[in-house]
Amino acid sequence: MSYGILYSYTILMNSVGEACTDLKREYDQCFNRWFAEKFLKGDRSGDPCTETFRKYQRCVQKAIKEKDIPIDGVDFMGPNKDKPDS
Amino acid sequence: MVKYYCCASLLKSTWDQVCVAFWQRYPNPYSNHVLTEDILFREVTPTNCLISRRLLTKTSRAPRWMERYLPKQMASSAYIIEDSIVDPQKRTMTTLTWNISHARLMVPHWTEIKREAWISSNVYGLTRAIQEFGLARFKNSITKTMKGFEYVLAKMQGETPSRTLTETATERARETALAAKEKAKDLASHAQKNQYV
Repeated sequence: MSYGILYSYTILMNSVGEACTDLKREYDQCFNRWFAEKFLKGDRSGDPCTETFRKYQRCVQKAIKEKDIPIDGVDFMGPNKDKPDS
Repeated sequence: MVKYYCCASLLKSTWDQVCVAFWQRYPNPYSNHVLTEDILFREVTPTNCLISRRLLTKTSRAPRWMERYLPKQMASSAYIIEDSIVDPQKRTMTTLTWNISHARLMVPHWTEIKREAWISSNVYGLTRAIQEFGLARFKNSITKTMKGFEYVLAKMQGETPSRTLTETATERARETALAAKEKAKDLASHAQKNQYV
């Protein structure tokens, strides 16, 4: 099946920072295309979305600080340490 | 104390499709409670895995008895962190989500498409009730997640996702029941007519 159909599904979500939504959508579109066309196919020729991501991050990190959202202090996959042995 | 819940779900799509849909699964008709979505961190590791952290804002009304134990600003919306690792070589996707608003009270997480949850709580005396509530909500949210996933996958594959598989099955059962009822009515009216003959 063609990935062209996949990433053309473009109803996108808002950002937590109202002012960041346009930047977020621009980044999402770039990422979804790269993820389906390059990353999943094993193409490691570089990430074309670095610049849009940087702009979007500058905006969203500021919004998170302003809204006082407690995102700091948790390691990546952090709470998994509590996972019981099964 | 930790309560363990595990269940397996089946999606009728390839691993690639599910991965692509994972990033685009909001919004869908079952996700009205998801208000915003942001990537906070994203990187390709030296082993070629994609690691991401996503922040979601959801409306989340805790039950009234539990609201008393939550700070006021947490009562109406909840912040969710979703960490994930996509490994295209092993074809696995592992995700872990937890609620950072209610972190002290309840820590739900799930991993992989076969999803699992550990809901733990340390509030003395309320532990069991909070766990039961967390578990019930978790099961309910999985049903919604899977319906949303099915919807987005169907849409991506160019189908009309007016109904999910589950709903189609229900609809089919209803149609069968209706047909049977019509047939019964038909037979009954025939029987009645025969009486008058």
